[in-house]
Amino acid sequence: MQLIYEQSVAGRRGVRLPVSDVPAATALPDNLLRREPAALAEVSELDLVRHFTNLSRRNYSLDTNFYPLGSCTMKYNAKALENAAGLFSSFHPMTALLPGGAEFCQGSLGLLYDLGQMLADITGMDEVTTQPLAGAHGEMTGILLIAAYHAAKGNKAKKKYVVVPDSSHGTNPASAAIAGYEVITVPTAPYGDMDIELFKKAMNDEVAAVMMTCPNTLGLFNPHIQEISDIAHGHDALMYYDGANLNAIMGKVKPGDVGFDVIHVNLHKTFGTPHGGGGPGAGPVGVKKALIPFLPQPRIVMDDDGQFLLEDHNPGSIGRTANFFGNFGVMAKAYAYIIMLGREGLIRVSEQAVLNANYIKERLKAYYDLPYDTTCMHECVFSAGKQLEHGVHAIDIAKFLIDKGYHPPTVYFPLIVKEAIMIEPTETESKATLDAFIEVMIEAALAAQTNPQQLLDAPLTTPVGRLDETKAAREQNVCCIG
Amino acid sequence: MNDSHYCPHTPEEIREMLSVIGVASVEELFSAIPAGLRAKTFNLPPGLSEFETLDTMKAIAADNSACLTSFVGGGYYDHLIPAAVDHLSGRAEFYTAYTPYQPECSQGTLQALFEYQTAICRLTGMDVSNASLYDGGTACAEAVMMALRVTGRNRVIVDGCLNPFSRQVLKTYLYNLDVEVVEIAPLDGTLNRAELAGLLDQSVAAVLVQNPNFFGCIEDFSVLAQQVHAVDALLIASVYPISLGLLVTPGEMGVDITVGDGQSLGNPLSFGGPSFGFIAAKKAYIRNMPGRIIGETVDKQGRRGFVLTLQAREQHIKRHKATSNICSNQGLCALRGLIFLSSIGRQGLVELARLNRDKAEYAKAQLAGIPGVTVLQSAATFNEFTIFLPKAADGVVMELLKKGIMAGVPLGQYYQGSENCLVLTVTEKRSKKEIDRLVRELEVALCN
Amino acid sequence: MAEMFFTKEHEWVKVKEGIGAIGISDHAAHELGDITFVELPKIGKTVKQFEVLAAIESVKAASDIFSPLSGTVVKINQALEDAPEIVNESAEDAGWMVWIEITDESELKNLMTQEQYSDYLKTL
Repeated sequence: MQLIYEQSVAGRRGVRLPVSDVPAATALPDNLLRREPAALAEVSELDLVRHFTNLSRRNYSLDTNFYPLGSCTMKYNAKALENAAGLFSSFHPMTALLPGGAEFCQGSLGLLYDLGQMLADITGMDEVTTQPLAGAHGEMTGILLIAAYHAAKGNKAKKKYVVVPDSSHGTNPASAAIAGYEVITVPTAPYGDMDIELFKKAMNDEVAAVMMTCPNTLGLFNPHIQEISDIAHGHDALMYYDGANLNAIMGKVKPGDVGFDVIHVNLHKTFGTPHGGGGPGAGPVGVKKALIPFLPQPRIVMDDDGQFLLEDHNPGSIGRTANFFGNFGVMAKAYAYIIMLGREGLIRVSEQAVLNANYIKERLKAYYDLPYDTTCMHECVFSAGKQLEHGVHAIDIAKFLIDKGYHPPTVYFPLIVKEAIMIEPTETESKATLDAFIEVMIEAALAAQTNPQQLLDAPLTTPVGRLDETKAAREQNVCCIG
Repeated sequence: MNDSHYCPHTPEEIREMLSVIGVASVEELFSAIPAGLRAKTFNLPPGLSEFETLDTMKAIAADNSACLTSFVGGGYYDHLIPAAVDHLSGRAEFYTAYTPYQPECSQGTLQALFEYQTAICRLTGMDVSNASLYDGGTACAEAVMMALRVTGRNRVIVDGCLNPFSRQVLKTYLYNLDVEVVEIAPLDGTLNRAELAGLLDQSVAAVLVQNPNFFGCIEDFSVLAQQVHAVDALLIASVYPISLGLLVTPGEMGVDITVGDGQSLGNPLSFGGPSFGFIAAKKAYIRNMPGRIIGETVDKQGRRGFVLTLQAREQHIKRHKATSNICSNQGLCALRGLIFLSSIGRQGLVELARLNRDKAEYAKAQLAGIPGVTVLQSAATFNEFTIFLPKAADGVVMELLKKGIMAGVPLGQYYQGSENCLVLTVTEKRSKKEIDRLVRELEVALCN
Repeated sequence: MAEMFFTKEHEWVKVKEGIGAIGISDHAAHELGDITFVELPKIGKTVKQFEVLAAIESVKAASDIFSPLSGTVVKINQALEDAPEIVNESAEDAGWMVWIEITDESELKNLMTQEQYSDYLKTL
């Protein structure tokens, strides 16, 4: 398809602006003016609409295809959520920050406050900040809160390390590093969880935090989690919960009850807000009481009259993590999701997410290696080891699935499983969809034995075939020169 | 309970699935969680239908005041959004997709983001752009982190005229790092260049400025760029994209890294988010860029296609050595930015920028006519400007709020000694009538 | 021709008159796949044995290059900046990365000979 710039015709435009009702201002001095107008597209509205409509049709998406991408919780995004967010689109965030302005935006402030309360209940925490703009941003915020906690105790210089298991999301070590810590990685034991003996050896009084995903990226709930928390706390290290996999445990176990001190929640995973082709998400962070003094500002608080106010005079705060109050539109959707599903609904979400993952695991384990063969939670991780004997890699199976109309599972993650295929079906998919997907996965496994070339050649049905990523990385054509 | 439409299994199907798994109940699947660790309470209310849910949401929204006429900015701006932006970005193939890890079935998102990167480069006059960051403040912080990596130094100079929220975000990012931030107090609402010159030496990684700045002042940073480069430091500029319809670009001034908030490009105010941050740089710094970057390539048949590229910089490969921890960005908001810019077009953006400035200049002249009010004259302005009131701005703003007018951002909270200063923003959406009413009401408030 | 010594991390060094030429082995280049970038140190940088000297990227991987010997960087292979594929084509010759002035040749005892390295590869 042509780029929109390749369709430009000088003088054409997609929208007409209102006529000015004020006199023209005197011109700015030359040195403050750009030499040429920016070479933006020049297309009619219809050209614009066709271009982006046709581009959209070159995507697989949740609304068009099953999307069992592990660790991403690609559940259906209820349409009502879009309507809910639209109700708030015209409100300016500065309203709340003007003197006397809070009373003019009680609805928005109250929504954020109440969402925080609901998330605190779900996660077992004492208070939640909604400022962080995505999961990784929540991780960084959480680790900075932990840094502030240690600094307040006079231990800033002493606390140097953050411990993560080797199965962790890459964002965990990256967030720890950006927050100024060195990272200690603990290997996974054959039973699929962080090796408890090696963990004990890694722990000492210089460790500031332990970051865990539970269930972990293998989809396994760590039965030693309480012991790990106790060991960490024994060294005055705080426990950080990566909420990426929260969809597995709602109403079943609360991270705050099993020793976690800080958690981030991915609203775009667990709470049904759309992923937007890579964002916007939202990563609210919940903390235990001891960390409340360090929360980002401004904090939304409720006074005795039930009025919502902004509080920003807390000297212990780590400061702002975002310019305003977080991705409010995403939060409005998550709020609507939680009240729509309610208590029983959220419990059912976790139950059926786990049911679906175990069903796929059982039905496919005769065809694919299952390195950790035990009851999983919301996702299961296979290896294409068997298929590799026929020269077929996980990526080839992924491309075959595309030809069959499925978005592939996550491949090559977690890094600790060779040729990993990580499947997270989510609760919103029907048994019929799961069965059809399973059949195609079996077909891929059989094709790997009988006709591996079919897999190696895939995909054939897409607008482009496999792309030369080496050329892209070496040439770095990242913008079309005008 | 009526939530089965999001969990579609019938009891019969659940039984079939349990028998395939070989367990007697769903509860058995949770047996890995020790009994002692189970949740003891779960206090959420019962669920609702979508109709009841939306009624609840409407009631919440009704607790906001819907009819305020806004003359505030502070980094978020009330601009027109062409209808096509909502409709096209609202296509489910865009908004219900994930990050385009599988390029063959994600060419829609990938090509759109490549076009976005192109739009940002053409708008700012820079060589390379990434596929978006979170917001304007975090983009400032990421740009500083990038400069620290490029130079290997640990001292940063920040113009006090930079948006105070962005300055706070930067400080939070650097909270636990061994980096010194030197803030230069504004001089008449502009960069204090003499003080900066005295601070510039080989220890400085970057100088961070904003154009137009928080007071609304436009500055030419061309000479500054040369001074910064003379000590091998980087110049970072935060810019307001709509202003670039008229204003000299960061690229033309010699800026090394350009950042900003993309909200004004087709994203609604939405109480502060989601919008997107943008970051663009000189080509030499591409490997130090944070976040996702889309690159052009070909398939085996030579057909053009787009992929995530230079991924070895990123957290999922480089983990603790990554250039940033960012994973999800604000892709859909960046797409809205692209559709906005493509709709408004080359000439339209010039006209839009001019319209903003014309309205602001009109408002400025009218306000200057109020006895006791003076306008900050130290520099030319775009659609924001600062005025001095004969009394504290806080009280005046509160008075006007009661009349349904957000008169501007009082500066006292952000700059000591500026209690009488007010920054006003006038976008193309404000009519002459609304401006005239602001002037009348302000005059009344000042008489009281 | 100078003798080559190898590390367990698949770097090689060729020593001649106090100067060590350093690169990665053919085996490592093959394992990494198409190399897209080689990050070279600045001339004058000093490294200790087995410390990070450079870095190398392929499409889906990033690896550190560890210095086989202690020394000071005196020359870098600038051709790799524009043509990192040279490492794939000729890892143990034209794909050299760095020359260092060696501080302590006795450290060679910590490295493998060509023969030992070949045996080592068989154990992986």
